[in-house]
Amino acid sequence: MSEAARLPAALEPRLQSRLPWRLHPEAMAGLLLAGPAVLALTLLLLLPTAALLVLSLTDMELGGPPLRWIGLANYAELLGDPGFRIALRNTLVYVAAVLPLSVALGLGLALLIEGGTRGRAFFRAVFFLPVVSLLVSMATAWEYLLHPTIGPLNRALAAFGIAPVNWLGSSDWVLTSLCMIGVWENLGYVVVLFLAGLTAIPPELRAAAETDGARRGWDRFWLVTWPMLGPTTLFVVTITAIRCLRVFDTVATLTQGGPNKASEVLLHEMYLEGFTYFRIGYSAAITVVFLVVVLGLVLLQTRVLERRVHYQ
Amino acid sequence: MAGISIEGVRKSFGGAAILHDISLDLAQGEFLSLVGPSGCGKTTLLRIIAGLEQADAGRVSIGGQDVTRLRPADRDVAMVFQNYALYPHLTVAQNMAVPLAMRRLSVLGRLPLLRHLSPGQAAARRGIMDDVRQAADMLAIGHLLDRRPGQLSGGQRQRVALGRAVVRHPAAFLMDEPLSNLDAELRARTRKEIVQLHRRAGVTTVYVTHDQVEAMTMSDRVALMQAGRILQIGKPRTMYDDPASLAVAQFLGSPRINTLPGTVDEGRVVVEGLRLPVHPAAADGTGVTVGLRPETLRLTPAGPLFAAVEHLESLGADSLLHTRCGATPLVARVPAAAADGLRPGEAVRFEADWPAALLFTAEGARLAHARAMAHV
Repeated sequence: MSEAARLPAALEPRLQSRLPWRLHPEAMAGLLLAGPAVLALTLLLLLPTAALLVLSLTDMELGGPPLRWIGLANYAELLGDPGFRIALRNTLVYVAAVLPLSVALGLGLALLIEGGTRGRAFFRAVFFLPVVSLLVSMATAWEYLLHPTIGPLNRALAAFGIAPVNWLGSSDWVLTSLCMIGVWENLGYVVVLFLAGLTAIPPELRAAAETDGARRGWDRFWLVTWPMLGPTTLFVVTITAIRCLRVFDTVATLTQGGPNKASEVLLHEMYLEGFTYFRIGYSAAITVVFLVVVLGLVLLQTRVLERRVHYQ
Repeated sequence: MAGISIEGVRKSFGGAAILHDISLDLAQGEFLSLVGPSGCGKTTLLRIIAGLEQADAGRVSIGGQDVTRLRPADRDVAMVFQNYALYPHLTVAQNMAVPLAMRRLSVLGRLPLLRHLSPGQAAARRGIMDDVRQAADMLAIGHLLDRRPGQLSGGQRQRVALGRAVVRHPAAFLMDEPLSNLDAELRARTRKEIVQLHRRAGVTTVYVTHDQVEAMTMSDRVALMQAGRILQIGKPRTMYDDPASLAVAQFLGSPRINTLPGTVDEGRVVVEGLRLPVHPAAADGTGVTVGLRPETLRLTPAGPLFAAVEHLESLGADSLLHTRCGATPLVARVPAAAADGLRPGEAVRFEADWPAALLFTAEGARLAHARAMAHV
């Protein structure tokens, strides 16, 4: 052992006597540096989630009697609540319709914009407009467009001899109408994400595909573009699915879940229970169900699908 | 298999001319290097041959067929890219099979799930896998066929890229700096393997590199490019011994050729006040440049070139002696023993292989020696 190697060991007892805990100084520094982030995470995310879980096990009502511990009774009530079942079903139908439509249309549009020679910035901005505009105000425009008597959509249909449809007022059509608005709302987001993914594809791969004999755009899409977009597509699908699950503002402004609960969705149901009927405990239980669905999606993304799109 | 012919090719990008009127002919089976500093247009020329770039003017023919307007897929050329450009989601075997699948299988047969529906594709598929295995064995990557590119080393990826090129026996190989991402030892080994591969396959090859060593060691002929023009085409040895201009002489050879600016006086060249025994075919009073390869200089006590030692680089058997003759730097490659014990600042004298000295005009054009060397 050299002199230099023995030196720190000789110093160690003195150092440790000065430290409050028997911790390596580097570990101490690490804890101190991570401290603020840990504190913020705990205060802002973990504690509220824990509070939510606890609340969902109580019968808390704002302005009601003092809260009681009722265990899983809220969840049991959820299972038997036809309103909740409709909301859950409608939400899943909404996701099942809006998610594939916006991803497929968004990918197609992104490919067209990327392949075009001019106007990329213009098209990107146009399709992104719905994302940055306030949906509550845009809902007014949709309400006018879809109005049964004065709405331009029905007038245009009338020109083809098609009878007017009560887009937002009939329980047969209301979910379809909301889905259309949902696609319109998500499309720009999807387009922008896919455009970013497309620019990240190395141009040599496309050149290699060309010289390897991929004559048709279709061949190059299957050989290069689609596989290389894997991580982007996975991210887009997850994000869009969560955005769809969160559908609320169009329902709240245009239909309030009606007519006859035909457009009731999870978050609106939660809002009604919590902020209209003040049944905080029950509303918390709905939120927990919502969180579980979202968490499940994220887990599916990170655990199962991530490995299959990164080609390591 | 076929030769390549390029006639009067021009290309500019947004007003900046990249290629000025390039013409070039490759015999069938020839290995030609396009060498030059970065930005000289060599990669653009290669991409025009491949069809990845359209020439503004001129013609490209492969095997006597005019391919100027053909898509890359229709030109029957295989390209090896600098960063390999392997498909990351496919295994090595699938990567190598792509060019064959694109040609031999129907659209339906290439789709992963529908291929069982199309008749006759199974046999074609087996044929493809046989060819892939054969090419993989030739490149000693048979054991890697089931891996993905992400699991391979740089050298292995390079071989897969080569394998993808040789597997379909194209009319020509186009290689764009394929060795530049490899470390020195691997580069030297792969260099040899590419040459052997070329010899075995006998396919016309255009090889782009900025490394003059690669160009010199691998090619049948070298085309040296600068600023969008071909300065000279020839056999590596000829280019080195008999360059057409100072630019060619300076690009080829490491360390660089020594250039001594001087003037002609009484038929001889005077450099830094020293009268050298070279006789350029130029009138007295004109400025000339004498080019001396470092290996043509010898340390002798009576040499006509006086210089002061600056520093010494040992290469093992030889040493590079960096000196200064007046204001002109002078590098000599001498046996290690001859340079032993030399110290910075020490005065040395050089003799040179004067008949082998290369003479240039002040503008850099080649100049002949005047009289018979008997006078020297």
